[in-house]
Amino acid sequence: MDFDLVVIGAGPGGYVAAIRAAQLGLKAALVERAKLGGICLNWGCIPTKALLKSAETFETLGHLEDYGLRAEKVGFDLDAVVSRSRKVAGQLNAGVAFLMKKNKITVIEGEARLEAGAPAPLVRVALKAGGEKVLKAANVLLATGARARTLPDLGLAPDGERVWSYREAMVPDRVPPSLLVVGSGAIGIEFASFFRALGSEVTVIEALPRILPVEDEEVSAAAQKAFQARGIAFRTGASVRRLARSGKGVELIVEAGGAPETLKAHVAIVAVGIVGNVEDLGLEALGVTIEKTHVVTDSHGFTGVPGLWAVGDLAGPPWLAHKASHEGVHCVEHIAGLKPSGLTAPIPGCTYASPQIASVGLTEAQAKARGLAVKVGRFPLRANGKAIAAGHTEGFIKTVFDAATGALVGAHMIGADVTEMIQGYALAMTLEATEADLFATVFPHPTISEGMHEAALDAFGRALHV
Amino acid sequence: MTDILMPALSPTMEEGILAKWLVKVGDSVRSGDVIAEIETDKATMEVEAVDEGVVEALLVAEGTEGVKVNTPIARLSGEGGPPAATPAPPQPVAAPAPRSLDPAVEKAALEKGSERIFASPLARRLAAERGLDLATLTGSGPHGRIIRADVEAAAAAPPARPVRVEAPAPALMSTPAPSLAQLGYPDDSYTLVPLDGMRRTVARRLTESARDIPHFPLTIDVEIDALLAARARINGLLEPRGIKVSVNDLVIKAAALALKQVPEANASFTHEGIALHRHADISMAVAVEGGLITPILRRAEQKGLADIALEAKDLAERARTRKLKPEEFQGGTFSISNLGMFGIRQFGSIINPPQGAILSVGAGEARAVIRDGQVVSRTLMTVTLTCDHRVIDGAIGARWLAAFRALIEDPVTMIV
Repeated sequence: MDFDLVVIGAGPGGYVAAIRAAQLGLKAALVERAKLGGICLNWGCIPTKALLKSAETFETLGHLEDYGLRAEKVGFDLDAVVSRSRKVAGQLNAGVAFLMKKNKITVIEGEARLEAGAPAPLVRVALKAGGEKVLKAANVLLATGARARTLPDLGLAPDGERVWSYREAMVPDRVPPSLLVVGSGAIGIEFASFFRALGSEVTVIEALPRILPVEDEEVSAAAQKAFQARGIAFRTGASVRRLARSGKGVELIVEAGGAPETLKAHVAIVAVGIVGNVEDLGLEALGVTIEKTHVVTDSHGFTGVPGLWAVGDLAGPPWLAHKASHEGVHCVEHIAGLKPSGLTAPIPGCTYASPQIASVGLTEAQAKARGLAVKVGRFPLRANGKAIAAGHTEGFIKTVFDAATGALVGAHMIGADVTEMIQGYALAMTLEATEADLFATVFPHPTISEGMHEAALDAFGRALHV
Repeated sequence: MTDILMPALSPTMEEGILAKWLVKVGDSVRSGDVIAEIETDKATMEVEAVDEGVVEALLVAEGTEGVKVNTPIARLSGEGGPPAATPAPPQPVAAPAPRSLDPAVEKAALEKGSERIFASPLARRLAAERGLDLATLTGSGPHGRIIRADVEAAAAAPPARPVRVEAPAPALMSTPAPSLAQLGYPDDSYTLVPLDGMRRTVARRLTESARDIPHFPLTIDVEIDALLAARARINGLLEPRGIKVSVNDLVIKAAALALKQVPEANASFTHEGIALHRHADISMAVAVEGGLITPILRRAEQKGLADIALEAKDLAERARTRKLKPEEFQGGTFSISNLGMFGIRQFGSIINPPQGAILSVGAGEARAVIRDGQVVSRTLMTVTLTCDHRVIDGAIGARWLAAFRALIEDPVTMIV
């Protein structure tokens, strides 16, 4: 046996699992075909946050007079913005390499394929440097992640030039004068927000009746209004008929409510969901169950094939880095014979547009659909002192409580910096806090987080500042 | 308003039968009034009111079995005032107490126990609403923290012990005890024998006995040369009938007669009082595959040696083939455990409750003793009487052993 655990995929699911395994005294190896840190760190979460910080700062420069400030010759250098983003990703990639070394995790660069074996499948790695290596391990953890979904039949497949996936959108060589974003999930909205801030005429197309469809309806509505105020146009309830190159740009035929409409732009970004990386791993031969491009597992990540586990995007939604890490840690602890708890913890979700959106738990509609009698609280940030002082009065905080037990079952926020605050509600929900605990918690003044207190109080008719 | 909870009549009681209500809705009760009778497998006990008030509702119907300890069984309205507008009729099952949103009430409930119980705020609230004592729950959260799922599982599962439901939560175990791996035994280093009913019963009963009964041993040497000579003669006489009397049969007979002579030693401690048994029903410990069982030789003091020999042999054989009827091993007033055939010289057994004592019999062996100033060889047997101090004090145990020794050392007296 070469290793106690071989992890395939070095994204936030895989590399975190490898670290946890090392902490528990397991001899671990990490196989990665591209870069340590995976999509999240190299082509996802992190570099986009760098881009969005540039965009947000530029947006602020556009209304400096609000703060009594003046600036001249305001502008941006796209290459410098992108290169900063790449530098940030590079820095974190090196950070992961350091963590692997520190934890004595064997990193193997190459592409893995599984073959039947006992007690776990054999891992055959086609090495990047040439040749191959067969790894025998007591356990194999799949964390190969996911990639952007493409719909070639509709023309929704990136060509790298005028039709971009997140990958091209992250390293643009130009700011397209006009841009179509197909899909209004977090990825679509973040790019729409970024390119709009830099001056693109942006139209977002969403097949469902509202944007950010996983968020609470009130948040979706407020977000659409906020983005429209920044000049982003929307087509909701619009199904894509065909995207095609035309002239120097693209042409998109959509249909909303009967009449087809043709939208023209220089560039289109395709952000219509993701598919799991289940191919070329030898999973079919091992008898792994795959549904809709995702590996089916039990609550510990067990695939049903002895010694084979799967976590993260590959194992199903929500497709979020922190969910992958959480599952990876849980799975490894389970493998190590610990009795981990907490996989039922609610998973917060964040969209880093301007304004930001963050949520955890059930939306009001979901809570009602589960048959809960709910108590809903709302607090507008325009009633919050810190928000007023900071000039960020847009947005609100909404809480959803189970009326029968007083348990907080969901929280939804839109506004400046809310992605840094949602974790307060996530902690409350994980610890099974009730309204009494939120009432009893002291929130520092002046902070926007006071709105979280108020939103809880408001659900029980006790808000102080509205 | 106060809820009266199902009391625990013994440290090990988990549930009981609400045998009888002695009050009805609308009655005023004062602290100390007897309001109900509760039955367990061991006893019937009266429940006294702790608080004053008017009985507002009887939440558990008379005759309900399996009522869990700490379940609300009745509700009193406060301070002897008038009953609530419409007194609820008795209900067959416990109704949940109305929910309190007052943190002070919950806090008070939490502080009853001296040890901090780790439970989520929601779990605390739900437990309070449902009248569940958090101390009786097993937590499945981090570090055994009690979470909502644990309370809901316990509430859904009365009257059985709290059972974990296979909720979406991972690795919910039915016991918080550490796993073998956590105890440091690698998987491949042992063979795991599942606990069967007998092993569980032996474990539970003996743990309770060793833990709960204040016990002490009394040891004495008895000379058995005369007994062995008598046994040889008796067996000679019984040979035509094909009966062979063992030393153990003689020990049973002597023990039974000694219990007759010292009846205080033939006793059981119960909550109702000390039961002085009229007959010597001797439980004899028989080792069987996977455990031990104690078939009973009833009224041994009235039986002749031939009968005792035949019956003991029959009981032991059927014990080994597990063909005993429950009444043949349940009950008994006194136990004898004999490890003499294994060469054990002396040992002290654990009391077989609710019996008051057990005699541990060692091997008969030739030892040098001093008689009339001379070192001579005699066959001695060391016996130890383990006594439940709640019923058998040292002097009583000593008197019993003296009587037993006299009978063994002069076997003729057994016929008198």
